[in-house]
Amino acid sequence: MRAKSLVPALYILFLMLPIYWLVAMSFKTTNEILAGFSLFPQTWTLANYIEIFTDPTWYWGYINSIIYVTMNTVISVLVALPAAYAFSRYSFIGDKQLFFWLLTNRMAPAAVFALPFFQLYSAVGLFDTHIAVALAHCLFNVPLAVWILEGFMSGVPKELDETAYVDGYSFPRFFTTIFLPSIKAGVGVAAFFCFMFSWVELLLAKTLTAVAAKPIAAVMTRTASSAGYELGLLAAAGTLTIIPGAIVIYFVRNYIAKGFALGRV
Amino acid sequence: MKTQNQRAWIFVLPVLLLVAFNALIPMMTVVNYSVQETFGDNLFFWQGLDWFEQILRSDRFHAALGRQFFFTFMILIIEVPLGIAIALAMPKQGPWVPICLVTMALPMLIPWNVVGAMWNIFTLPDIGLLGYFLNHTLGISYDMTQDPVAAWVTIIIMDVWHWTSLVVLLAYAGLVSIPNAYYQAAEIDGASNLAIFRFIQLPKMKTVLTIAVLLRFMDSFNIYTEPFVLTGGGPGNSTTLLSIDLVKIALGQFDLGPAAAMSLIYFAITLFASWLFYTLMTMNDNKS
Repeated sequence: MRAKSLVPALYILFLMLPIYWLVAMSFKTTNEILAGFSLFPQTWTLANYIEIFTDPTWYWGYINSIIYVTMNTVISVLVALPAAYAFSRYSFIGDKQLFFWLLTNRMAPAAVFALPFFQLYSAVGLFDTHIAVALAHCLFNVPLAVWILEGFMSGVPKELDETAYVDGYSFPRFFTTIFLPSIKAGVGVAAFFCFMFSWVELLLAKTLTAVAAKPIAAVMTRTASSAGYELGLLAAAGTLTIIPGAIVIYFVRNYIAKGFALGRV
Repeated sequence: MKTQNQRAWIFVLPVLLLVAFNALIPMMTVVNYSVQETFGDNLFFWQGLDWFEQILRSDRFHAALGRQFFFTFMILIIEVPLGIAIALAMPKQGPWVPICLVTMALPMLIPWNVVGAMWNIFTLPDIGLLGYFLNHTLGISYDMTQDPVAAWVTIIIMDVWHWTSLVVLLAYAGLVSIPNAYYQAAEIDGASNLAIFRFIQLPKMKTVLTIAVLLRFMDSFNIYTEPFVLTGGGPGNSTTLLSIDLVKIALGQFDLGPAAAMSLIYFAITLFASWLFYTLMTMNDNKS
């Protein structure tokens, strides 16, 4: 039994090592980093964090990222809900083909879409806006949300719908007061996944923005290369990008195992 | 039994419009470029299938495709068995379960370029934790900006670090859904651990493992940001995977025609391989 629990413990240690190094680096002074190897910060400094929180280019990067990620999550879940209901409850002409086509968009390499996306969103006048990134991320998040929600909805017996209609519920009232509460775990998981993939994606977000909606991840790459690779600053910015993910993951921790199985266990 | 209802299309319409806007228009742009030549100024000349022929015959494409298949193969062969092994060893209940799940899921929520930057800092030969340990404590010469083998080992370990948890969490979800009665029955029959794994746990994990293999295949085959930030495709071209090469051609050299043709070939390979995996892994379901 002891030996068995060693496996996940070692794995978690392996996962934490690079994260520890990033966090430790963020509290070191530039001199200390360049002077050589030290396992712990010798002189703790908050200078890197202070620079990020006082420079608008830096902190607006975070705000921009959070704005488009939130927009994307809301849009994805809202449009996916009725579609997932249709897929889980009704059969209609072309349903299987449509479902498969939606999933194929998850398989398209983002690199393929970078340039056409730039042209498309420039043509409709949305270049360098938050909504452009939010809409572009719908390409892979909407199919995923439909897939997850369909899995959770199919777990709800159809009798629930029928009983509600017999009791005289209209469809909108049934959907919002009875059906939604019964799949709220699924909605949470779908929102979590949309947040996750929108938060971690950079290629499209970077392609579709210049100044006004520039995501934090893109600010990082530019600052890092222009200012002669300030490792401490880079590490501090990186550390801060882990925090939103950690908060979100804490909220869904009880559903996470089932959630990753997309409701299909 | 599902009700036949054509009005369900109304429910699907918003999704259809949104995804079509994002998928069909850019895809048509790509198709359009792939059969034309341009010298700028919006002047296009019909090129037919020349670009496709050129890409399919180019050594550069073959090399990138070969590296890509090797990378994806290594990822699947390491991450899937490792993920299953960790899931099997995880506690099924108790206070450690949420701690395991949250810490394991953490790497997946870190932006991809931060993952690359983090591993860069981690592996710097003289001031990175891993780089210092290998070079100065173990005395192994390690510098991934010089040595292609070191670069390869690093991007593979980085991906194992980043994504093995996906396999773990999926396999774990399959495992906890097995009722205790199955294990009790196995105990009465005197089944060995191997037999329990082969006849109870593995079949129960099959659906989720199919999802895991498919997702890991698609994402590792399309990987761009992490290796780009970490190695930039180097040293030389040794870690230039398919997406990195594609972006070089499209946005670096601005060769739109060849890049578009390459995109379509790339997408077709991903689609075909995903279909093949799915068909092979669900073949037995249809028979029984």
